[in-house]
Amino acid sequence: MTDVRMFDVPGPIDIMWCPGCGNFPILDAIKKALAELDLTPQDVLICSGIGQAAKLNHYVNTHFLHGLHGRSISNATGAKAANPKLVVLDVGGDGDRYAEGGNHIIHTIRRNPDITALVHDNRVYGLTKGQASPTSPMGYISPTTPKGVASLPLNPIALAVSLDASFVAQAFAGDIEETKEILKKAISHKGFSFVNIFQPCVTFNKINTYQWFKENTYYLGDDYDASDRKMALEKAFETDKLPLGVIYLNNRKTFEESLAAYENSDKPLYDRDISWDKLTKTFERFV
Amino acid sequence: MITLPQGKNEDISIVVTGAAGQGIQTVEDILGKVLKRSGLNVFAAKEYMSRVRGGNNSTEIRVSSKSVRAFVNRIDLLICLNKGLRNYLKERISSDTVIIGDIEEMGKELAGRGQMFFDVPLLHFAKELGSPLFANVVAAGIITSLFDVDMSLLEQYFDERFGAKDKSLVTKNIDAAKKGYEISRELAEDITVKMDHNSEIVKELLLTGSDAVALGAIAGGCNMIFGYPMSPATGVLSHLSQVAEEFGIVTEQTEDEISAMNMAIGGWYAGGRAMVTTSGGGFDLMSEGLSLVGIGESPMVIHLGQRPGPATGLATRTEQADLNLALYAGHGEFPRAILAPGSIQEAFYMTQHAFNLAAHYQVPVFILTDQYLLDSSYNLPAFSCEGLKVEKHIIKTDESYKRYVITEDGVSPRGIPGYGEGLIAFDSNEHGETGRNMDEDPQIRSEMNAKRMRKLKGLEEDSLPPALYGDVDYDVLLIGWGSTKHIIEEAMEEFSRPKTAFLQIRQPFPLHSSTKDYLKRAKVIVDIEGNATAQMANLIKLLTGIETSHRILTSSGMEITVEELLIKLRCLHV
Repeated sequence: MTDVRMFDVPGPIDIMWCPGCGNFPILDAIKKALAELDLTPQDVLICSGIGQAAKLNHYVNTHFLHGLHGRSISNATGAKAANPKLVVLDVGGDGDRYAEGGNHIIHTIRRNPDITALVHDNRVYGLTKGQASPTSPMGYISPTTPKGVASLPLNPIALAVSLDASFVAQAFAGDIEETKEILKKAISHKGFSFVNIFQPCVTFNKINTYQWFKENTYYLGDDYDASDRKMALEKAFETDKLPLGVIYLNNRKTFEESLAAYENSDKPLYDRDISWDKLTKTFERFV
Repeated sequence: MITLPQGKNEDISIVVTGAAGQGIQTVEDILGKVLKRSGLNVFAAKEYMSRVRGGNNSTEIRVSSKSVRAFVNRIDLLICLNKGLRNYLKERISSDTVIIGDIEEMGKELAGRGQMFFDVPLLHFAKELGSPLFANVVAAGIITSLFDVDMSLLEQYFDERFGAKDKSLVTKNIDAAKKGYEISRELAEDITVKMDHNSEIVKELLLTGSDAVALGAIAGGCNMIFGYPMSPATGVLSHLSQVAEEFGIVTEQTEDEISAMNMAIGGWYAGGRAMVTTSGGGFDLMSEGLSLVGIGESPMVIHLGQRPGPATGLATRTEQADLNLALYAGHGEFPRAILAPGSIQEAFYMTQHAFNLAAHYQVPVFILTDQYLLDSSYNLPAFSCEGLKVEKHIIKTDESYKRYVITEDGVSPRGIPGYGEGLIAFDSNEHGETGRNMDEDPQIRSEMNAKRMRKLKGLEEDSLPPALYGDVDYDVLLIGWGSTKHIIEEAMEEFSRPKTAFLQIRQPFPLHSSTKDYLKRAKVIVDIEGNATAQMANLIKLLTGIETSHRILTSSGMEITVEELLIKLRCLHV
């Protein structure tokens, strides 16, 4: 275990979240998980998109890539492919992952890069001030949906399990310890780890509060078999109380393991050099 | 008796037409490779419809004992595999054109056209050989026989192409080619081809612009390629995917171009050398990511193969109308470089150069090609790798490392995660030197923006100078860029006006400082471009203040031919 303080950004930082924001406990859980996994700041890259959740990597002392709205999961995939030795996390909110980046999440699950994607799901848009998100329930009233949301909410867990994601979990920001444990499993898992984290938005979402999530979630028991896909789908469709914990596990070949570039060498790309002889020989194919 | 080449021509222009699926590409491959190996210069350019089967496609193959590298309108020998020749092809048939076709298939479609029509029951022979699909190989055999090519070269070709897969296919194709030789012996009573073969050519390369971009990328140290299939830029993605294991290249066909660009950004960030390959519509999707490249100061190589728009436009055809797109894409202001190869050699060397340029200045570098350049091929001496270098431009960092440190030339030394002790920032927000400053300070914004824009000065100093061809003591100066290079050269030669030169703009942006001097020395400047709005001439005006006197603009979807350009030049009365 490394010292968790290594992951504090040196010097004074101005964290731009509202007091009481559900992002704070997630930030704590990430730092603790990294320390308990014996990682150093140099080992880890955190990518993020745009939104309140996506500011997170500015507040952790690791490598970071703060990209575009919805796209950072592709930045993370590219970075991991260039250097598979990096531990790569990707952070975004429900707007980032399920709206703007919807196409990328689908295909990243198919692709299965060995990265961990955290979705801070607060069922509302925070940074743009309170509009509905893809996970807002029908009828949700917001400045852009004065008569209530007319579309059905997206079910992230069902989406991930139906795509046969390699690792699917759900966590609740109100419980730092359990969230940390889930994150440790997600980061240690080889393959794409998808973690939907219920995160109360204290400013804009007056429905899904800390209390609401506490009352409407439960942890899966020790007897739950995460390798059972049918059971995982059943869990995904539960509405009375929402399940927390590792919901689905499916070990399969990662994107990096399938890349021809690593067939003959496991060196990261920056450490490789061109073979001019090989290239010159290739020209002969065109004679 | 007809003797080819005819009149004062030194080359023979052969056009083969057929439906998609009839193997016109195979005829081009056979003729290109086999004729070149027999010691003849070859040039091939194809035009095809956006469909998988049917329709009417064509390929032009020019053969000569002198170097040939440009597209011509003239057809000396036309071989038709299917009926339904499109009008613009029929219009190219002159009274000198010799036509070989199957009356059973063609009917009276070409009656009265050309100098002579030889009826060859191609389909009948092909069916006899086992499949109507052999018609293309019979046709190829007829042509190689006319050029007095030894059958052993065809045998060698088929063995290379099919030998590893299916020996019986080798035999069948050889039989089909032999049928072509038989037919050709009858034709020889009416047609003779007189052409000297040169053994020097035998060992030269024959490749397309697309191949040259892919090989140039490898020579530039490219080890990641991302793209979504889109004509005409897919060839580069397929080429590099085929050799991925051999050269250690990460390749991925992404869900869309947005993802391709963002993977490439992540790739460069973590130490890869990435390229994206696309055409206009796909690049539109990448332009958000291009802007991220701008503020994040990532190197990036973008292969943009132009085709006619707007929107789907003409999906399989050619145009030079995306210079403005490359120049202005992406929100906000940031430096970039645009290279425009005009030849297959330049496609190789400029792509190689693009990677070093991108890595040095941490900016996006475009390789702006088009369908015509990517799909054309001709023979040329093997590329020399002497003096080529892969410049990484990365540093080993220590704990005090700051990613966006302000420097005089605007270039902050680039660290890579995992190489040294430093932590590497990349921020799409405006940032301070550490990359973590998010307090939106106007002074930091001004300084950072100025730092990024200062890189333009270095980029300008490193810009590729334009190339001048023709009379250095010119008063008439033709200007062009990209794929029209060889066409302008050949048309200028035939134009044979003294005191005329051609200035090829090899790097449209930033323009090399000598460009203005070249332009100032001309009395008359003729701008030649494959677009409707003279994008290059407008850019030149913007950057040098110099106006072009005449504009020859085409945007038909077809590359301008030597003859068309010549007529337009003559009409200028300069």
